[in-house]
Amino acid sequence: MTALLTIIVLVFILIAIWQMVKIFDLAQAKNENTTAGVATDKDNTLNGYLMMGFLAFIYIITIVSFVKWGDLPLMSNSASEHGPTIDNLMVISMVIIFIVQTITQFLLHYFAYKYKGEKGKKALFFADNNKLEAIWTIIPVIVLAGLIIYGLSTWINIMGVDESDDPLVVELYAQQFNWKARYAGADNTLGKANVRLIDIDRANILGLDESDPNAQDDVITTELHLPVGRPVLFKMRSQDVLHSAYMPHFRAQMNCVPGMITQFGFTPTVTTADMRQTPQMVEKVLNINNIRVENSKKLIAKGEDALERYEFDYLLLCNKICGKSHYNMQMKIVVETQEEYDAWIAEQKEFKNSLVN
Amino acid sequence: MSAHADNHAHDDDHGHHHKETFVTKYIFSQDHKMIAKQYLVTGTIMGVIGVLMSMMFRLQIAWPEEPNVLFEALLGKWAPDGVMDADIYLALVTIHGTIMVFFVLTAGLSGTFSNLLIPLQIGARDMASGFLNMVSYWLFFVSCIIMVSSLFVEAGPAAAGWTIYPPLSALPMAQGGSGMGMTLWLVSMAIFIASSLLGSLNYVVTVINLRTKGMSMTRLPLTIWAFFVTAIIGIISFPVLLSAALLLIMDRSFGTSFFLSDIFIQGEVLHYQGGSPVLFEHLFWFLGHPEVYIVILPAMGLVSEIMASNSRKPIFGYRAMIASILAIAFLSTIVWGHHMFVSGMNPFLGSVFTFTTLLIAIPSAVKAFNWITTLWKGNLQMNPAMLFSIGFVSTFITGGLTGIILGDSALDINVHDTYFVVAHFHLVMGISALYGMFAGIYHWFPKMFGRMLNKNLGYIHFWITAVCAYGVFFPMHFIGMAGLPRRYYTNSNFPLFDDLANVNVVITIFALVGGVVQIVYLYNFFVSIFFGKKATQNPWKSTTLEWTTPVEHIHGNWPGEIPHVFRWAYDYSKPGHDVDFVPQNIPLKEGEEELQH
Ligand code: HEM
Ligand SMILES: [Cu+2]
Ligand SMILES: [Cu+2]
Repeated sequence: MTALLTIIVLVFILIAIWQMVKIFDLAQAKNENTTAGVATDKDNTLNGYLMMGFLAFIYIITIVSFVKWGDLPLMSNSASEHGPTIDNLMVISMVIIFIVQTITQFLLHYFAYKYKGEKGKKALFFADNNKLEAIWTIIPVIVLAGLIIYGLSTWINIMGVDESDDPLVVELYAQQFNWKARYAGADNTLGKANVRLIDIDRANILGLDESDPNAQDDVITTELHLPVGRPVLFKMRSQDVLHSAYMPHFRAQMNCVPGMITQFGFTPTVTTADMRQTPQMVEKVLNINNIRVENSKKLIAKGEDALERYEFDYLLLCNKICGKSHYNMQMKIVVETQEEYDAWIAEQKEFKNSLVN
Repeated sequence: MSAHADNHAHDDDHGHHHKETFVTKYIFSQDHKMIAKQYLVTGTIMGVIGVLMSMMFRLQIAWPEEPNVLFEALLGKWAPDGVMDADIYLALVTIHGTIMVFFVLTAGLSGTFSNLLIPLQIGARDMASGFLNMVSYWLFFVSCIIMVSSLFVEAGPAAAGWTIYPPLSALPMAQGGSGMGMTLWLVSMAIFIASSLLGSLNYVVTVINLRTKGMSMTRLPLTIWAFFVTAIIGIISFPVLLSAALLLIMDRSFGTSFFLSDIFIQGEVLHYQGGSPVLFEHLFWFLGHPEVYIVILPAMGLVSEIMASNSRKPIFGYRAMIASILAIAFLSTIVWGHHMFVSGMNPFLGSVFTFTTLLIAIPSAVKAFNWITTLWKGNLQMNPAMLFSIGFVSTFITGGLTGIILGDSALDINVHDTYFVVAHFHLVMGISALYGMFAGIYHWFPKMFGRMLNKNLGYIHFWITAVCAYGVFFPMHFIGMAGLPRRYYTNSNFPLFDDLANVNVVITIFALVGGVVQIVYLYNFFVSIFFGKKATQNPWKSTTLEWTTPVEHIHGNWPGEIPHVFRWAYDYSKPGHDVDFVPQNIPLKEGEEELQH
């Protein structure tokens, strides 16, 4: 159905274009031959006006985008300690971009309109002006210097891991096409591991070194639970191809690279339960569920099952192309209170008890 | 006759000593003008393929997993019952990116205009080596054939993204497309690189050696400066990609471990040990980033030239324009790490790359301001080429500004590999360079084919394309900032993104309209070659030397002596002259000052 519609729309567009050409051509008929294909004063005027129209279009599409889609999860509502600094920097950058964009696009299109050509007019011979050029070299230098300083201090803050505040160490393990988390257990030290030690028959799926004492109390899970307010240090590993652990709500991302351990640390600040209560999230979820109800109607009409109701959860997404099911490589993240976390982790099997003999 | 031109094979009696057959004239031609046209037509055909692919995967994203007759017809077994397969989605994205970046906007753009304009604008009878030039084109042709034939491989074409990061691209068991499809991709690219290197060497040597008398470096049109510097960047960076490709071929076929280590896949441990995928990323982006400037600099050159000519004004800040080309070229070779902030690279390196990356914004800003000032108080002739040039500046600014976010490592953590990136690079590189290429085609079509393009079709082409380009890529920033990753076959497994589905529909509609409207251009192009209005010698009243050659192409370009040059390329509306342009080959009047800026 959509295909048919698409094709019909395309055909209509083609016909419309054909008609426009005919009209233009008729208006053109009297043109002398020598100037064929070269813009006349009439063309200059028309296109000059269209330039102003286009400027309006750029402004409108900007405003519409911000109004309709500008409620950006990546610019507000972060759930990690460093999140607000990034969001702040993002907002500052956006404001600068917005200002520069508005002004330069105006000048460009306005000049194109204002100075549209006329026969007999002569342009100003204006080839150089050192002062002007110095100004528009120095202004970007100053603005960028500010952004660089702010950006780098934020970056160093985020990437520097302070081992002294006793972070919870968690391994994120990627494989085509799912995620596992490995907790370090009571000793908070991950046991040695290498994919060469994987033994599927013994259910040693992450290749832990069975003789390493640190590995015995490790816990392997398919959901990521994090206690709120405690720094977490993630150690990333991949068993096959590149993946990327992307946790947008926490402003966190790091690639998982076979043959190497990468890391990223942050402190979650808002529990899943609290996040679900925030007004923005309530509204977003409501909106999404309305959309899902609409979609379900269509599915039911086709004799398929309705969609489940959506409830907000933090997510870990794969964000590096990794093969066929890259688009569905995800893991749920639950941020909870320390007590809830303790209760949950106590229920999980330790590595030494999970092996099959 | 200058000393430079004398040592060239064809002198004044060119064209008499060998008879041209159809084969030597149209196929194995060594004439730079014919080779330029060959590049243009080949690039256009590849462009059609690339755009068709983007329309197909856009349909899939907007209406995920819905049957479409188009898929059934074009994808065959990859679309059972008309539903696009996830593997072929990635393959389409991969080949689309590869074709657009390399085949259309590198070979198609540089190949066409460097070949056409370097000899004509510097006053040379041909390229330094016509033979190498021919070889360069035919290598390009072969690489196109191989890339297109990879689409028909049993297990599917390469599908690891245009960046072909190993291990995904190295292991056939990781992905169907990493078997024969990837082998062909690598072979095709290796040949492509050879072609590109031969071309670049030729351009550099020609610009250095074959300038006509009086054509000093500071009298060169900005087009030539751009092509010249582009060729140099290509010579520096393409060999690094070639070596990456060769090492990858060794890992794939000869069991070496340059990029692979500790891999367990499909139930078995592979023997690879000690290599690193991050090394590949470094090698790839050492070319990959300069590559985007290889794409954009020639477009900048074309736009500078067209803007000056159509504004009837000198380009503003000629020397600053050259300086910024050089600065961009230099900086472009030390910023590649901004693609790797979250690759596991040392965070300190990330800081360095943030610094160098944001520095590039400065020469870029200078260029944008200089273009805008060139329009100020001009007498703007709104030819289609001029519209595309103005469009170029507009998309270059819009796309370039978001580079401030992506270049900032702290911010990139969040938007890396999302649709925000897709929006950014399409605007700043894809669409801008495409506009530059269109501008060049509309402007130099009379020089290439002796006929004019229909300007009304040109206007329709521009305005609809311009609206669609923003319609497609502007909203993409927002779905990217909402956290939507790129290279996802469908988003329906993430209810979180359900509220973005309608944005994707809007984008796809714009993409379809924008794609279809290119038919107007193709029609105009191919029909005008044969039936367009006959062109006059200098239809745009430009100052550069190519417009002093006869409309009919002749071997050796000028029937008599090569003109000498007495002034820079931008004497438009110069006070003291009756006409509003003074070609470069007109001597200074008595008492006239040579203004150079
Ligand atoms: C007809 C207009 C075009 C449309 C609608 C379009 C659309 C897209 C989209 C939506 C993607 C991202 C797909 C994904 O990540 O899942 C993409 C990828 C890409 N496009 Fe385009 N594109 C167009 C033209 C161009 C041009 C002119 C270039 C030239 C530079 C280009 C270069 C690329 C590259 C390099 C990629 C990345 C491929 C990859 O992820 O491996 N595209 N295109
Ligand atoms: Cu993935
Ligand atoms: Cu780059």
